[in-house]
Amino acid sequence: MADLFAFDDVHVVGSDGSDILRGVTATIRAEGITCVLGPSGAGKSTLLRLCNRLDVPTTGSIRFRGEQLADADPLRLRRSVGMVFQRPTPFEGSVADNLEVASPGADRATMVSALGRAELDASFLDRDARRLSGGEAQRVCLARTLITAPEALLMDEPTSALDPASRTGLEGLARLLAGDGMPIVWVTHDLAQARRLAERVLVMVDGRVAVAGTFDDVEASPDRAVRDYLAGDRDGP
Amino acid sequence: MAPDTTGVEIGALGVALSLILVVIALLISWRQELRLGGPIVVAVGRSLVQLILVGLALELIIDPTRPLALSWFWVGFIVLFAAWTVRQRAADVPNAFGLALAANAAAAVVTLGVIFGLGIFPLEAQFLVPTAGMMVGNAMKYTVVAGQRIVAELREKRAEVEARLALGQTWRAAARPYIRSAIRTAITPQVETTRAVGLVFLPGAMTGLILAGVDPIDAVLVQAAVMYLILGAVATTSAVVAIGLARRLFSPDHRLLV
Repeated sequence: MADLFAFDDVHVVGSDGSDILRGVTATIRAEGITCVLGPSGAGKSTLLRLCNRLDVPTTGSIRFRGEQLADADPLRLRRSVGMVFQRPTPFEGSVADNLEVASPGADRATMVSALGRAELDASFLDRDARRLSGGEAQRVCLARTLITAPEALLMDEPTSALDPASRTGLEGLARLLAGDGMPIVWVTHDLAQARRLAERVLVMVDGRVAVAGTFDDVEASPDRAVRDYLAGDRDGP
Repeated sequence: MAPDTTGVEIGALGVALSLILVVIALLISWRQELRLGGPIVVAVGRSLVQLILVGLALELIIDPTRPLALSWFWVGFIVLFAAWTVRQRAADVPNAFGLALAANAAAAVVTLGVIFGLGIFPLEAQFLVPTAGMMVGNAMKYTVVAGQRIVAELREKRAEVEARLALGQTWRAAARPYIRSAIRTAITPQVETTRAVGLVFLPGAMTGLILAGVDPIDAVLVQAAVMYLILGAVATTSAVVAIGLARRLFSPDHRLLV
């Protein structure tokens, strides 16, 4: 099976000239949940945004299922690789209006099915999307992404703005989707969450992938930055 | 309906006496320690010099014995000058000059096309030059508003815009709600002005005509046409600027660049 994503010496330089990614070479498998882990400012979100071309690398190349991302049609790619953001981003209007933005002309049954995959019932369709709780709004955003029928999901710290119950719910949902064959790339700075969710992790430190593999690989990493990160997380903030 | 040309002449003495009002403004500034004495004197002096220069230029241009091309040249000049002014005022708007130029040119084509193409005013220098001046002058400030608004909207709503792009929307579809909001913000004050005209204030063109001795009904009809001209110009420039600028704020591969 081809890798979901393969990064080859990817550099990203910010508009202020700072190095955001400094030569990332890594692969992400096309199965299960892969967590991209690391401290704030390590470049995790940038790595994720590269995957559906909301950002582009300054140098280096990225492949999606073997195809060069630079050659892919960005609109088609973004529907193949759905993304859920850190904060819920409900659009103006009802939940049905939100689903309509993602899938113009979708019928009610399709909408109910998409809501169901995010564990929301049909009664949500007519509710004002901007009057939902944080957890409900994030599920609507997930349903809105799922209705485009993506073949992979990118989730950028999707529980960081949620309460613990909503966080647990969304994690369970991710496991269900992954179990149904949807590969998920989940960015988090929370080591405990990564342990709950992921079979494989990429630990990013200072714009590079310091170690990639299972948690045993991470624990055994001789990389000083990784050891410092793990020690800091154990000590707590 | 051509306005009557009989009217009053206030002469240099009249202008000199009206400076008493400026002295009142200076006194208020002095008494209230507003420190606006210098700026008021500069503004008054500058306005006088500018108006005299424009008056001399207009006397040359509006002279019916001169070719109409001279008036069109003047219209071209004010469109260019307005674009330059917009660039000065909206430094944070990328390529404001080109956009303002395109917007004012589009507004000129649309509004002057209707006003003169349909014979609402006769195509003569006496009508063309002041009409174009009012159109560009009013549209200019809304060009700045529309430009600044679309940049601010897309920056403030960045998360939403990117969520739309991430669903596979084109930049045009993703930006549409924010373009709409920017145009609405830019046009609304002019709609309010149009609605309140005559009740709350008497606009400049009408006041000028009445002061110059034109029958008030004739003055009102001219003013109505001018108001609609300005409304059309403001709508056109706001739309051109908001859409044109939004296009520049996205990359060809539909990424938001602000």
